[in-house]
Amino acid sequence: MNNFQYVRAEGLDGAARFVAGHAGAKFIGGGTNLVDLMKYNVEKPSALVDLNRLSMHDVSELPDGGLRIGASVTNSDVAYHPTVSTHYPLLSRAILAGASAQLRNKATTGGNLLQRTRCVYFYDTATPCNKREPGTGCPAKEGINRTLAILGTSVSCIATHPSDMCVALAALGAVVQVTGPGGSRSIRFEEFHRLPGNHPEIDTTLAADEIITSVDLPKTGFAGHSAYIKVRDRQSYAFALVSVAAGLEVTDGVIAEAGVALGGVAHKPWRNSQLEQELLIGKPANRDTYHEFQRALLVGAQGYGENDFKLKLAPVTVVRALEQAAHEGEQA
Amino acid sequence: MTGQQALGETADLAVTTEMTVNGRSHTLQVEPWTSLLDLLREGLQLTGSKKGCDHGQCGACTVLVNGVRVNSCLCLAVMHDGDEVTTIEGLGSEGNLSPMQQSFVDHDGYQCGYCTPGQICSAVGMLKEGHAKTEADIREQLSGNVCRCGAYPNIVAAVKHVMSMGQTEGGR
Ligand SMILES: Cc1cc2nc3c(=O)[nH]c(=O)nc-3n(C[C@H](O)[C@H](O)[C@H](O)COP(=O)(O)OP(=O)(O)OC[C@H]3O[C@@H](n4cnc5c(N)ncnc54)[C@H](O)[C@@H]3O)c2cc1C
Ligand code: SF4
Ligand code: FES
Ligand code: FES
Repeated sequence: MNNFQYVRAEGLDGAARFVAGHAGAKFIGGGTNLVDLMKYNVEKPSALVDLNRLSMHDVSELPDGGLRIGASVTNSDVAYHPTVSTHYPLLSRAILAGASAQLRNKATTGGNLLQRTRCVYFYDTATPCNKREPGTGCPAKEGINRTLAILGTSVSCIATHPSDMCVALAALGAVVQVTGPGGSRSIRFEEFHRLPGNHPEIDTTLAADEIITSVDLPKTGFAGHSAYIKVRDRQSYAFALVSVAAGLEVTDGVIAEAGVALGGVAHKPWRNSQLEQELLIGKPANRDTYHEFQRALLVGAQGYGENDFKLKLAPVTVVRALEQAAHEGEQA
Repeated sequence: MTGQQALGETADLAVTTEMTVNGRSHTLQVEPWTSLLDLLREGLQLTGSKKGCDHGQCGACTVLVNGVRVNSCLCLAVMHDGDEVTTIEGLGSEGNLSPMQQSFVDHDGYQCGYCTPGQICSAVGMLKEGHAKTEADIREQLSGNVCRCGAYPNIVAAVKHVMSMGQTEGGR
């Protein structure tokens, strides 16, 4: 790990201005991803600004009936928060499917969104990697890519975003609140993470000097009909190969509202709300509907060798998650 | 890490950090890149907490910070100013073992013992969290603690026993 300056942020403005004014300075939340990457010399910040003493620790109800989750609330505290587990069970399940209890106790809401890919080349400074060092190449395309993307890839990068929580947040249609030296703004979750394109070194639409202050959930939480299915190499404490977060509202057997997102398949949680409008909403909640939706959602999927199995795994996982969501609460 | 850096510049970067470890308060000058695990082991000579992977993957370094279990290898010590840290040494001592420590002995919950301090701190933290009700829950919620010897059945038995007694321990 390199030497760096440590700063305890006292206020949002000061913290953002410090990072804006110091090349190589970064924010730190729980540190469970950043410190790990620093130990591999993948991240080499000149200074770390600790956000944990700012007042971003609350979960509070919004006037429109939604829920605001402060950026410093730990993943555990979100998952077990009574309002979250009752009204947004999809989010609780996704969080609890990720990492370990110790890591969830430390990891923060803001940091979870900004965790980097687990592509092995990204972690290994002895190899080229366009995400770590732009322009050096992408050995993963012909190499170790079992965990990597099948959708939205580019010539430059086929990495996946590894978060479970973000898959649920995408399906729920969350909004990310951020603030920086230029002021505050709201980012729709679908626009928060980006595809790699020619700039795989940039994961999100957040600027380096912007702070995530909260993640806001809309009123609808799919409390009655939701499922998070995570397929992985072992039953616990492993990253997703493919995961699906599905939320439905079903009235008299017809789908009234839907949110479906996939993890483990792309550089960002994979959701297409237009297809949900066209192929799910107003349609009967049955297998045929889910299959038609799945086929459209996964158009253009491409394997790179080791990860070819995802081309078969993703479709069946989408259908299974939708079926499980639709039947949630029914007697077996 | 600690002690290996050139003086001069690094001395300027050190941050005053107050921490209570196993009930004893310390005021320390800490270099920002020192992990809590290294501070405990090398700075305070509390070598009970183990370094298995140093990357959050094995749980051998698990300690309780303000009663909450975390991987001390991924904690920067400077971020724990004002915190209360409990390590395996703080749970009990020879001849005066804590219930969880005693239960690991009684149930043969270890073989080589390397993962054991982390397993015990994690189990103590899990019971305080109060979300585990069944044996399957114990297995799931202790999955962050890997045992290379595969002592899992006896670890689960040891934890289940303490869970059935319904008491918690280990700091605030
Ligand atoms: C062994 C292991 C297994 C794991 N398994 C899983 C898994 O199965 N599923 C899963 O989803 N995750 C998994 N994780 C990843 C874990 O979820 C992340 O490390 C964690 O969520 C990151 O949160 P943090 O607060 O610790 O982030 P940090 O490490 O503190 O920060 C991450 C990034 O976010 C930035 N940042 C932090 N907070 C803010 C903010 N408020 N505003 C702006 N920038 C900010 C930092 O500058 C940094 O770039 C695993 C991690 C490990 C080590
Ligand atoms: S897939 Fe992306 S992260 Fe992995 S080696 Fe290629 S450029 Fe790097
Ligand atoms: S040493 Fe910390 S988790 Fe392995
Ligand atoms: S007892 Fe040897 S690693 Fe667990």
